[in-house]
Amino acid sequence: MYQYNDNDQTLINERVTQFRGQTERYLKGELGEDEFRALRLMNGLYIQTHAPMLRVAGPYGLLSSRQLRMIAHVSRKYDKGYAHITTRQNIQFNWPELKNVPDILEDLASVQMHAIQTSGNCLRNTTTDHLAGVCTDEIEDPRPYCEIIRQWTILHPEFAYLPRKFKIAVSGSKQDRAATQLHDIGLHLIKNDAGEIGFKVLVGGGLGRTPVIGKVIRPFLEKKHLLSYLEAIVRVYNLNGRRDNKYKARIKILVRESGIENMTEWVEAEWQQIKQDMEVSDARYSEMKNHFAPHPYETNANQDSSFKTHLAQDKNFVTWVKHNVIDHKIPGYRAVFVSLKAPAIAPGDITEKQLDDVAEMADQYSFGEIRTTHRQNLVLADVKQANLFSLWQKLSALSLATPNIGTATDMICCPGLDFCALANASSINIAKEINEALDDIDYLHDIGDLKINMSGCMNGCAHQSVGHIGILGVDKKGVEWYQLTLGGSSENDAALGQRLGPAVAKDQITKAITTILEVYIKHRNEQEIFLDTVNRVGITPFKQAVY
Amino acid sequence: MKIIKDKQIIEDNWTHIADDAELTNGNITVSLSRWNHEDLNNHQGKVGIRLLPADKVEDITDELNKIPLIVLEFPIFTDGRSFSHARLLRSRFNYKGEIRAIGSYMPDQVFYLSRVGVNAFQLEKPEELAVALSTMNDFTVKYQQSTN
Repeated sequence: MYQYNDNDQTLINERVTQFRGQTERYLKGELGEDEFRALRLMNGLYIQTHAPMLRVAGPYGLLSSRQLRMIAHVSRKYDKGYAHITTRQNIQFNWPELKNVPDILEDLASVQMHAIQTSGNCLRNTTTDHLAGVCTDEIEDPRPYCEIIRQWTILHPEFAYLPRKFKIAVSGSKQDRAATQLHDIGLHLIKNDAGEIGFKVLVGGGLGRTPVIGKVIRPFLEKKHLLSYLEAIVRVYNLNGRRDNKYKARIKILVRESGIENMTEWVEAEWQQIKQDMEVSDARYSEMKNHFAPHPYETNANQDSSFKTHLAQDKNFVTWVKHNVIDHKIPGYRAVFVSLKAPAIAPGDITEKQLDDVAEMADQYSFGEIRTTHRQNLVLADVKQANLFSLWQKLSALSLATPNIGTATDMICCPGLDFCALANASSINIAKEINEALDDIDYLHDIGDLKINMSGCMNGCAHQSVGHIGILGVDKKGVEWYQLTLGGSSENDAALGQRLGPAVAKDQITKAITTILEVYIKHRNEQEIFLDTVNRVGITPFKQAVY
Repeated sequence: MKIIKDKQIIEDNWTHIADDAELTNGNITVSLSRWNHEDLNNHQGKVGIRLLPADKVEDITDELNKIPLIVLEFPIFTDGRSFSHARLLRSRFNYKGEIRAIGSYMPDQVFYLSRVGVNAFQLEKPEELAVALSTMNDFTVKYQQSTN
């Protein structure tokens, strides 16, 4: 993975010093509330319902075991002993004290971590496929490009005060696991007819209050023009995006109001002016690719026979392998999901002990690296099949082996009313309730591939509009209600869910979900997943059953 | 009034003339609309121009060589369009004169502003000049090419 050089380290150290000074000026009353707000947000610091919340960047979701141990340390020393993985592969602390935040950032900087631009109206953390570099359907590893983009975004002097936040995602594989169609800019590594690899560029996708699927602005961009094209898009947005209404300020609204044709014309014209001066050289790309060179895999890892033996002997192991383990491009290796969706915990939460132990397992079994996923789990991406059984036993002992990846209880969920100042409704409790209702593992596996996303308000942090089942908390005269949508997807077939009908009351929501699942089981064809059934039969049968 | 110019705190003698005010003698700046609609050729003293975030820098690029000072006005510190204006004036249109930020912005923005080519800073609170000057040294490293 990428290792900082002296300049990278100096930059984040200087950022800590800068923020320490700003915090001191604020606490002394020399910096106003609004001004400090903008500055602290660009260091990932929110003021929430109960306490500040600090969002730390997980650059394209890749962490070292050393970094994971530091997250454990921070959660022990400054927080309540746990951290939370977000849908954009970042890490959140829910209970830090404002006066300690400069110290937390200093601790994080000691392991090449920061919270720069994890919030605010600026260029945010770049995200990618959690299976980058190991999946079987990859065109090219997207991470070297992500790191080049990360460096371009960090402290970009021109784009720190954009109309609204700006998110970039990159996918390097055929299957889009990075929700690139739902980002301000989505980049797809593709091969053109001449066999050259470049980027398909999408613009104007996004979730939140007005979910929109991104549109292609350039079908093929040569790699050397990556940064000039990004700069052209963001400059056009900075100068022309709406600033009169924060709910209409994202680039998706500019694209909608001006039309993709005009937007394309503006961006291309801007790009022509800057493309010569901003080329990324082959030398720079190859230097960056060296940071992500393949691990020293064993060539005979698939000769191991113990894996087969364990599969034959332990049914629970089989179930776990089926749901939480995925193929790897190197024979004899697998990528392993660490489920952060055990029953009765808040989705995406992980304790300091679990963090330390996962770091240990990463060192022992997966070249010391861990990935965060946009569905709020972790991945150990490079595990030899011979080690799967002992890894499973260790994960099981820590409640990190719930065999539910990709199923109904692998829910994406925002912090909701319990933590967030914006939320209208609670989400974590509802997630727990649904979890309890689906506690029969055979039933859960029978339902199969199902993505349930639940947000506590229309800001949509948990991407409910692209959940196969989306749940949105709304407030009606101080009472929590829940709006349901069906048929959303954030993958290649990206689609926004259709509204099922009027919002349902809090005590009816779990019943509504189980009813929807019964309708699915009744109507499904053999092997047909939930999303396909909804797309085939439409929402009417579901609607009739729920209301 | 004291301002920062080229990393020094200096005494400044420019007057920024509001649209509804009479012109005064000496060095003055006027808004883009006044620049476009009023004959300023006989003014005794230099005339600079003030751009608001919604103005287009392309509207003045033909006349850049006769403009000694371009003021970027910040009605609110969160409006980042002036950052792009400064960058374009310096990098694309090769403007060599003074670019000055005035209005509602924070000393903490001075570093980025100087990176995009602003070389003079007039602050709403002159007591913050020293802080603003010191923020220019916040970072000794950078990732992007820009004006500075």
